[in-house]
Amino acid sequence: MSDLHELKSAAQAGEPSAAQADSHGHPVDFNLYLRRCAFVFVAVLCAVALMIGISFLPEHYTWTHKVALILGIACCNAFIVAGFLMHLISEKKLVYMLLAFTVFFFAGLMGLTIYAMNDFPTGTTH
Amino acid sequence: MDIPYTVQARPDTGLYNAKLGIWLFLASEVMLFGGLFSAYVLLRVGADPGTWPHGWQNVTLGTVNTIVLALSAITTLMAWVACKVGQFGKFKFFHGCTLLLALSFLCIKLFEYHDHLTHYEIHLTDGRIADGHMKENNPAEDYVMIDGRYVSDESALIDLRAQKDVRETEIKIPRSEIKDMQSYGPWHNDYLALYFTMTGLHALHILGGSIVIGYLWGPGRKMWRTDPERFTNRVEVSGLFWHFVDLVWIFLFPVLYLT
Repeated sequence: MSDLHELKSAAQAGEPSAAQADSHGHPVDFNLYLRRCAFVFVAVLCAVALMIGISFLPEHYTWTHKVALILGIACCNAFIVAGFLMHLISEKKLVYMLLAFTVFFFAGLMGLTIYAMNDFPTGTTH
Repeated sequence: MDIPYTVQARPDTGLYNAKLGIWLFLASEVMLFGGLFSAYVLLRVGADPGTWPHGWQNVTLGTVNTIVLALSAITTLMAWVACKVGQFGKFKFFHGCTLLLALSFLCIKLFEYHDHLTHYEIHLTDGRIADGHMKENNPAEDYVMIDGRYVSDESALIDLRAQKDVRETEIKIPRSEIKDMQSYGPWHNDYLALYFTMTGLHALHILGGSIVIGYLWGPGRKMWRTDPERFTNRVEVSGLFWHFVDLVWIFLFPVLYLT
């Protein structure tokens, strides 16, 4: 309970305690986060609406164009969610290093698939 | 013996141990889903033109699930913020919302699975195909009843989005006229095998995350009274996992429902 008292007294004094601060020691502001979340939610809604709209574009837009556009928007959507909700826009260096390794191996995984384009098995539907 | 660095950051990493642990776990999860996505790319690109199913999913339900999951990601973050500012009542509210949204997501997913598993493609002895949802399939009866339509060949069932105003009627088919009958389960074709594998694995992650969030919301909440900072860190770690699950869906939705 003493921690709770400490939290309350620190809040009354207007200073963030360790528990109230984020990983960079900045105070956590409830209303600021609420506004940030509203922005993220609206951005996600817009992205979803755009992706659906593109998928219904008429036939003269090729499938490749549609897929490229839709995946591009999905990547922007993912960046917003990861950046703001997972705090990746301001994380510790070690997390970035870890993610750089992940991106490297993920790119290798996808890259090898695309690299083998000429060896793709055909007729992969049954 | 106390577990070190559950609250304070380790001097060398700058992170408390659970946070480093969850990021390492998420990195392995990226590779797990990455393998499935690369399998999808391989099979999709290798398919002959006009043979890959299109419009087989309910875009409205997929969109609702996307919004539900986005909302749950926000309530998870707000639950952590509520802990950070010491407002435990708000934490309970936001995490309760997350749980409800997670259950809603799973219910919609189950409805979609049920819709696929009761949808049948029936090859008849005269060469026609009856396609629709099963209404009656009693082994004691010498017929099956579906709500559907007849098509002349399978190519008419590939791109359902291009077909508008498909009229379905009640069709009674004698069993003697049935050559082959198969539901739209994972065994039906490559697309559905990937659909069920990827969304099923994702749904398992939702279920696992819900159990953790439910624990923190229920019996695990007593830690707030004894060690609020450690409890807040637990909420943050579970939140990071939840956001990752949301990220996976951000790609699953367009890949499986829209393209």
